[in-house]
Amino acid sequence: MKEITIISGKGGTGKTSFIAAFAALSKGSVIADCDVDASNLHIILDPEDVKEEPIIGSFKASIDSKRCDLCGLCREKCRFSAIDEELRIHNELCEGCGVCEFVCPQEAISMNECEAGTLILSNTRFGWLSHVKMKSGEEGSGKLVTAVRKQARAVAGESGAETILVDGPPGIGCPVIASITGSDLAIIVCEPTLSGMHDLKRVNKLASQMKVPVAICINKSDINEEIKRQIEAYCKDMAIPILGEVPYNLDFVTSMVSGKSVVEIDSPIKGHMKGIWSGIIDMLHT
Amino acid sequence: MKIAIASGKGGTGKTTVTVNLALSLGDCTVLDCDVEEPDTNLYLKVPLKKLEDVYLLNPKIDKEKCELCGKCADFCRYNALARLPSEVLLFQGICNGCGGCKLVCPFDAIDEAKRNIGVIEGGEKDGIRFLRGVLSIGEARSPPVIGKLKENIRDGDVTLLDSPPGSSCPFVKTVSDCDYAILVTEPTPFGLHDLKMVMDVLDDMKIPYGVVINKHGIGDESVENYLSEKGVEILGRIPNSIKLAKLGSEGRPIIDDEPEMLKLFKDIYEKVIRGVRP
Repeated sequence: MKEITIISGKGGTGKTSFIAAFAALSKGSVIADCDVDASNLHIILDPEDVKEEPIIGSFKASIDSKRCDLCGLCREKCRFSAIDEELRIHNELCEGCGVCEFVCPQEAISMNECEAGTLILSNTRFGWLSHVKMKSGEEGSGKLVTAVRKQARAVAGESGAETILVDGPPGIGCPVIASITGSDLAIIVCEPTLSGMHDLKRVNKLASQMKVPVAICINKSDINEEIKRQIEAYCKDMAIPILGEVPYNLDFVTSMVSGKSVVEIDSPIKGHMKGIWSGIIDMLHT
Repeated sequence: MKIAIASGKGGTGKTTVTVNLALSLGDCTVLDCDVEEPDTNLYLKVPLKKLEDVYLLNPKIDKEKCELCGKCADFCRYNALARLPSEVLLFQGICNGCGGCKLVCPFDAIDEAKRNIGVIEGGEKDGIRFLRGVLSIGEARSPPVIGKLKENIRDGDVTLLDSPPGSSCPFVKTVSDCDYAILVTEPTPFGLHDLKMVMDVLDDMKIPYGVVINKHGIGDESVENYLSEKGVEILGRIPNSIKLAKLGSEGRPIIDDEPEMLKLFKDIYEKVIRGVRP
C-alpha cells in the first residue's frame, strides 16, 4: 500500500482538483481529505456516509464564578492571553494546558473535553473517502489529520487498496506536517507566480527535512513563462522530478460546479492528468 | 482600527486585496500574518530588517535534581514529556511552552530555555509600515509567531492583517480582536464552502465582516445567492481576467495598471469603515 500526499505551500493552486482527478483515474484508491479546515473533496465526490465518530481535539478551561474569588493568579500564569481582565476565558485562545486549573487556590477552574469534529467514513463512486467535519474555529487540526489518515490506512488494509490519495492543506505548519509524515510521495502542485515559487521552496524544504520524496506538477503553467522557467531550473538544481504541467483552464471550475472531477467532463485537461497519473505510478514502482 | 483579510480557501486573493487596499490607502500598517507562507512583501517590496526572534519556553530538566516522579509528564496534556526509567524525555516540537511542568515539579528540577521558532521582520516604504512573521521550517505551531507579530500593532493606526488560509487556530489568532474582516472568496462551490466555515467562526467571535468576490464571472451564482440570503454585504467584485492574473504572478499591484481597480479598492475601504461597529 502506497500513500501519496498532495501539498502546495501556497493555497488555491489546485490540490483538491488534482486529487479528485487522480481518484477518478486510479479507481479503487482510498481517498483521505486532510485539508480539514477547508475540506472540499466531498463537493466533488458526493459521498454516502457509512460511519461517524466524534474526535476529542482539546481541552478548554472554564471558571466557576461562585468559587472564584478574583485573585487573578490564573490570568497571571496563562501564557496564551486566554484570560482577560475580568477573568473570563476566551475559548479561541485557550490551549487547554491546564495551568490555570493547577494554580487556582479556590479550585474554581475545571478542564473540559472539546469535540474537534466528526470523523467520517464514506462510500464514493471512486472508492472509500476518509474525512472530517470540523467544528468551526477548533484547534487540533493536526489531531484530525492524523485520525483521517489512520482511518484511511485501516480501510485500505481491509479492502486491499493499493493506493491512498491524501489531499493535504496549504502552508507548512502542523496539519501539513501531520499530512506528510511517513508518506511515500509528496506531490507539490505549484503555479508559476512569484508567491507560488516562494511557497514551493519552503514546503519542499519541509518535505526534505522530513525525508519524504517529492515530485512536482505545475498548474496554470502558461500564466508566466519566465517564472515557469525559474521553477524548472529550481527543480533541476534540487533533482526534483516534474511530473507534468497543466495550462490555465476554466474546465476545473466547470467540472467542480457540476460536482465532477475534470477527467469526467469533455476537456483537453484529461490528457494532461492521465500523463501525470501514469508518471506517479511509475515513480511509486521504481 | 484593525482590519483582517481572510478567506478560508487558499488562493482566493487575500494578499492581492491586502496589497492593493494598502497601496490605495497609502498611510497604513500592514501585517503579513500568513507566517507559514509569507508572500505579502513579494508585492510591497519593503526593505526589511529583522526586529526580533520568536521563541517558546521549553523545559530543561536538571537531571541532578530530578527524582523521576513523573508529575511533569502526567501534567502535560500534549504528551510532550515522557518519563523513562533513567530520564524524562522532551519532544520539543510538541511542547507549546505553557510552563505547567515547571509549576508542578516538586523538586524544582525544571528550568526553561528559549527555543527559536521564527522571526519578526519589518520596514517602511512610501508611508506603508510593513511587518511580517516568518515561521521556521519544520516548526508546527504558527500562532505564537502571529501573536508576537500582532504585538507591533499601534493604536490609532489603520492596520491591515493578511490572514493565513483555513478556519482553525492560525486564522483565529489573526482575526481575534480585529474590528472587521474582509473575506475574499471566489464564486465557486469550493469558495462558498470555505467561506461559510470562516463566517461561522466570525459570527461566534462577533466580528463584523463583508465579502470581496474575486475572479468574478467564473463558477456559479451560489456565493452571491447565499450572501444575499444571509444579508452579508458584498464589498466589491474583482473580475476574472488573465491580465490581472499575469500582473499578480509578477508581483505587480493591479491598481497600478487598472484605474478602475483603484476606485474599486477605495469603495471597498469606505464600505469597511461603515461596517465597523462603533
